Amino acid sequence: MSALPLSVPRRHRRGVRHTLDVRVSPYAYVAPFFLLFCAFGLFPLAYTAWVSLHEWTLLDEEQTFVGLDNFATLLTDGYFWNAAFNTLSIGVLSTAPQLLLAIWLAHLLNRPMRFQTLFRISLLLPNVTSVVAVVVIFSQLFGRDYGVINWVLSWFGAGTIDWAAGTATSHIALSTMIMWRWTGYNALIFLAAMQAVPKELYEAATLDGASSFTQLRRITVPMIRPTIVFVVIVSTIGAMQIIAEPLLFGASSGAGGGAVSGGPDRQYQTLALFVYEQGFTKFDFGYASAASWLMFLAVVLVAGINFLLTRRLKGGLG
Amino acid sequence: MRLRYLTLIAVAFFSAFPLYYSVVVASRHNSALAEVPPPLLPGGNLLANVSRVFDTVPFALALLNSFVVAGSIAVAVMFFSTLAGFAFAKLRFRGRNILLLTTVATMMVPALLGSIPLYMLMVKLEWTGTMYALVVPALVNAFGVFFMTQFLSRALPTELLEAGRVDGCTTWKLFWHVVLPVARPAAAVLGMLTFMSAWNDYFWPLVVLTPDNPTVQVALSTLASGYVNDYVLGLAGTAVGTLPLVLVFVLFGKQIIGGIMQGAVKG
Repeated sequence: MSALPLSVPRRHRRGVRHTLDVRVSPYAYVAPFFLLFCAFGLFPLAYTAWVSLHEWTLLDEEQTFVGLDNFATLLTDGYFWNAAFNTLSIGVLSTAPQLLLAIWLAHLLNRPMRFQTLFRISLLLPNVTSVVAVVVIFSQLFGRDYGVINWVLSWFGAGTIDWAAGTATSHIALSTMIMWRWTGYNALIFLAAMQAVPKELYEAATLDGASSFTQLRRITVPMIRPTIVFVVIVSTIGAMQIIAEPLLFGASSGAGGGAVSGGPDRQYQTLALFVYEQGFTKFDFGYASAASWLMFLAVVLVAGINFLLTRRLKGGLG
Repeated sequence: MRLRYLTLIAVAFFSAFPLYYSVVVASRHNSALAEVPPPLLPGGNLLANVSRVFDTVPFALALLNSFVVAGSIAVAVMFFSTLAGFAFAKLRFRGRNILLLTTVATMMVPALLGSIPLYMLMVKLEWTGTMYALVVPALVNAFGVFFMTQFLSRALPTELLEAGRVDGCTTWKLFWHVVLPVARPAAAVLGMLTFMSAWNDYFWPLVVLTPDNPTVQVALSTLASGYVNDYVLGLAGTAVGTLPLVLVFVLFGKQIIGGIMQGAVKG
């Protein structure tokens, strides 16, 4: 435009500022996330590894380096293995039926129908209820003497079940709470994936006389395979970290014996609750950190196995 | 397909029943808990029980704390996620793909694992017992960044940005005048989701807060564990603490569900 010599330096300066703006701005915009993640996500994780190699309690000023001693002690700690078993049991009991139910519900919702929005809202209602509320409410429903669930079961001739007392019964009660809270959420995620499946496939299948169930098995499930893998992995990671439910269940079912131990016989103490007990009630940070890291390895391992299994399984169905 | 409707109605019933039942018990006298069959209709004691909740734990303070914490987290997450989402979706810079991949990968890191050193860090900063411990680590998160990146890469026309550039806008002005208006609907959904999960957060507040300066969830857990045989008290608190969220959800449920489904497909 203007060739006046006077304007050249000004334009040049603006050019530099512009280049700087274009080059630097993107980094400035993503920086808050990465800075916060490093400070409050990555650093604690790495520091946990360091702490786990020490005899490190809140009371002592000095921390002694003990190498892998904490890990060795853990592997011979019966309470640790008990917690690992409980985590696996509650995880499987709550996740497997939940995912099947969620796929089925999504399948039911995946056709034009009345009250579509109302049904979806009702499905998600449990998920917006806080875990504290869920456990307080369900502890009441699962009450031994006056709980609604025992009352309903009594119609079928069942005796009075003390849900919190036994290993199997407490696992069922906890799994029910987890399922209640998450089934609808997962159903919506499956529904979202199902709506991307081409409608022609179903039309052709209907013409061929395939039943609704066959269509679910032969078309829907293979087509939403990536979403199924995603949900299985996320659920697995979630299941490995179950803590609030057993902690609150111990507190509000009035079973006694301390909430952090997961019932008087540790019948529902999960791994995460074990870490909490060691770290925040015994303040044995070194031991708790070691347990955290073993848990992390277990999460990676179980999630990896599930990843492979889900991919295989779907391959067989398709 | 009658069966389909019947099944879905049954599921809706099971979804709503526990919440309904908590209100039933919360509105009755403690003696109602020993009735067989259990009462299935609300009684007239709700207000008396709720006021008992406020006398037993600092519930007004807890409500205020929860509103401040969840509100400021929601606003910050909306802002920072839109900012980062804009950069990831529309700006070119070296390392963009790897940074975005890192962001998504961080969603898989179990937060619980770092809770011990995070607690030690909070002790060092002297933030334990304060709301800083809840708000600062939560100002932005990977899900929010990913969610806004997905939305903006679809909804923000590149031509609009180019036009702004030609007019001499700086990147910051583009963000403020072009990106934010486009981002508003998705950011609102993200804000509501964030508010709800911050309101419902239990474990971390339990670790860093004290019972005399709690959030709603911590106050509720005090009620649930300290007064074991007073279920009515626990459920009355639960009803009050859950009410704000159920209200938000009933009003904006459709948008929230749309947001969840949108964020999930691309996952």
